[in-house]
Amino acid sequence: MTARFDVLRYPWVRRLVVSRWPQYLVRVTLLALFLLAVLAGWLGTPVGNRNFAIVGVWIAWWAVLILVAVPFLGRAWCSVCPLPLPGEWLQQGSLLGPRGRGGWSLGRRWPRRWRHIWLQNAGFTALALFSAVILTRPGVTAWVLLGLVLLAVGVSLVYERRAFCRYLCPVGGFIGLYAQAAPLELRVKDPAVCAAHTEKACYTGNEQGFGCPWGTFPLGMVRNDVCGLCFECLRTCTYDNLALNIRPLGADLAQRRGAKLDEAFKAFILLGSALTYAAVFLGPWGALKDAAYDVGAPSWWGYAALLVGLSWVILPGLFALGVWAGRPRLPWRRAFTVLAYALVPLGLAMWAAFSLAFVAASVAYVLPVLSDPFGWGWDLLGTAGWAWRPVLDGWLPLLQAGLLALGALGSVRTARGIGETWGWPRAVYPVAGYVALMTGGMLWLLLG
Amino acid sequence: MRNFGEWRWGIGLVVAVLVLGLPVPQPQAEPQERVFRVTARQFAFEPAVLQVNPGDRVVIELRSSDVVHGLYVEGYDVEAVAEPGQPDRIVFVADRPGTYRLRCSVTCGDLHPFMVGKLRVGRNPWLWKGAALALWGVTLALFAARPRTREGGR
Ligand code: SF4
Ligand SMILES: [Cu+2]
Repeated sequence: MTARFDVLRYPWVRRLVVSRWPQYLVRVTLLALFLLAVLAGWLGTPVGNRNFAIVGVWIAWWAVLILVAVPFLGRAWCSVCPLPLPGEWLQQGSLLGPRGRGGWSLGRRWPRRWRHIWLQNAGFTALALFSAVILTRPGVTAWVLLGLVLLAVGVSLVYERRAFCRYLCPVGGFIGLYAQAAPLELRVKDPAVCAAHTEKACYTGNEQGFGCPWGTFPLGMVRNDVCGLCFECLRTCTYDNLALNIRPLGADLAQRRGAKLDEAFKAFILLGSALTYAAVFLGPWGALKDAAYDVGAPSWWGYAALLVGLSWVILPGLFALGVWAGRPRLPWRRAFTVLAYALVPLGLAMWAAFSLAFVAASVAYVLPVLSDPFGWGWDLLGTAGWAWRPVLDGWLPLLQAGLLALGALGSVRTARGIGETWGWPRAVYPVAGYVALMTGGMLWLLLG
Repeated sequence: MRNFGEWRWGIGLVVAVLVLGLPVPQPQAEPQERVFRVTARQFAFEPAVLQVNPGDRVVIELRSSDVVHGLYVEGYDVEAVAEPGQPDRIVFVADRPGTYRLRCSVTCGDLHPFMVGKLRVGRNPWLWKGAALALWGVTLALFAARPRTREGGR
């Protein structure tokens, strides 16, 4: 029995998450900031580092997401994300809480053959192909953001629950995979109580709250990827049978149930994009930057081939070789799938190490842009003229090296766990080799 | 058993700190003056990687071939700004080993935040320490840490 600590035993924490208001206020504020970003993208200066669309989203939001929210709180971002909010309002026919009448959604069930995250994998790759443009042109960022919200509205009007989040959102798949390493989980306290409860209010909803927006039945939930921490089940459960646990890092990764091939591929897509981004955005190679930026040019096709080839073919292929060399005791494809989850800690560490450098160099734009979000010469906070200087100078390499080492440790340890779960002790060796290779590559890109 | 497990983490941490403190030998060469003529364009420096030895006096002559660019040396906090036809020059002593990014410091277009070069002073201690640390992490995970297996949920 591994340690779990239910933070809901503190009444104030329970009140904070069960009440709709705190979550709602944060969400509405974020929706307002989202609208500001879209407006700034359309109307503000085309200079990215002076426009709120770029600095607010790709520097401030991204820093909080990858350095704090995902590693420590898992899917907590999904709990307050504004993107699906307008769609949910329409779908539920209510701005806050169930009102006893239906919304304006056809309420169809999401088609069975699309119940996987391959679309999210493809969407994430597609965004990555245009990332050099999206990350630097406010107008493009505005359209991408708006497009995601419109898509979410459309999906909410046809299908039930948060189908957009679970099956389409390109960020959602990424958060879902890495949330499995987070030291926080929402789980059922006593399975017997749920099994005996015929109404299953947490899935169907009642006057206290909506049925699980993620379409998850808490009793069957074994991993964090299918829980958006929306806390609806805390509101609906009539037996107070849910816990919000603090738990050891990486607790989901080595267990028997819930490993999926689509998600395994996500792990490689994220490794591949982390390596590519580190080379493009932090490397000294001007031609590579031009290639990533000149969308449609022959050199861009080269960049696209590099990114897609690395993420979808080379990295998984190399791993498959390792799996084969480790002579698995279970069907080959299954072995590949379950073992790929060992790469989650390292992948998260690689993204954090990359983002740390990226953010350290650009965080100095945040205060000036908050003071002048459109780049129109305003100075709301008196900080518009603050000079640009990178932060964390001397500490950056130490932090990055530490993060990567922790990630490598976590990955190999997880591989040992997976090996033990499946009676396949040799599994750890190919992972150790693979991890050494990835860590070395990332160290060289970031610090070399 | 549990106590022993925690002991192992303690030892692991101590070794990690020792690894970070290990000296990385640097090339022993007479300090000299190194002059680099760096051309900046949207969005690259040419040459993009400058290699010197610790203690060298570094002279960077920055010229621009299109718009106004800056060259800011991270870690040394020195900056040159060049307009087309108006070069600039910075001089400093590279007394700290390591790899430092050169960054454009004048907004010069879309990819400006990613206009990056590198100054390598001797051998980068962090690259070696980072590699040693990661290797130590892998070793710990292979032989010391108890793996985590658990049927999930509750
Ligand atoms: S409402 Fe509560 S007790 Fe009933 S099935 Fe859901 S979580 Fe279990
Ligand atoms: Cu420039």
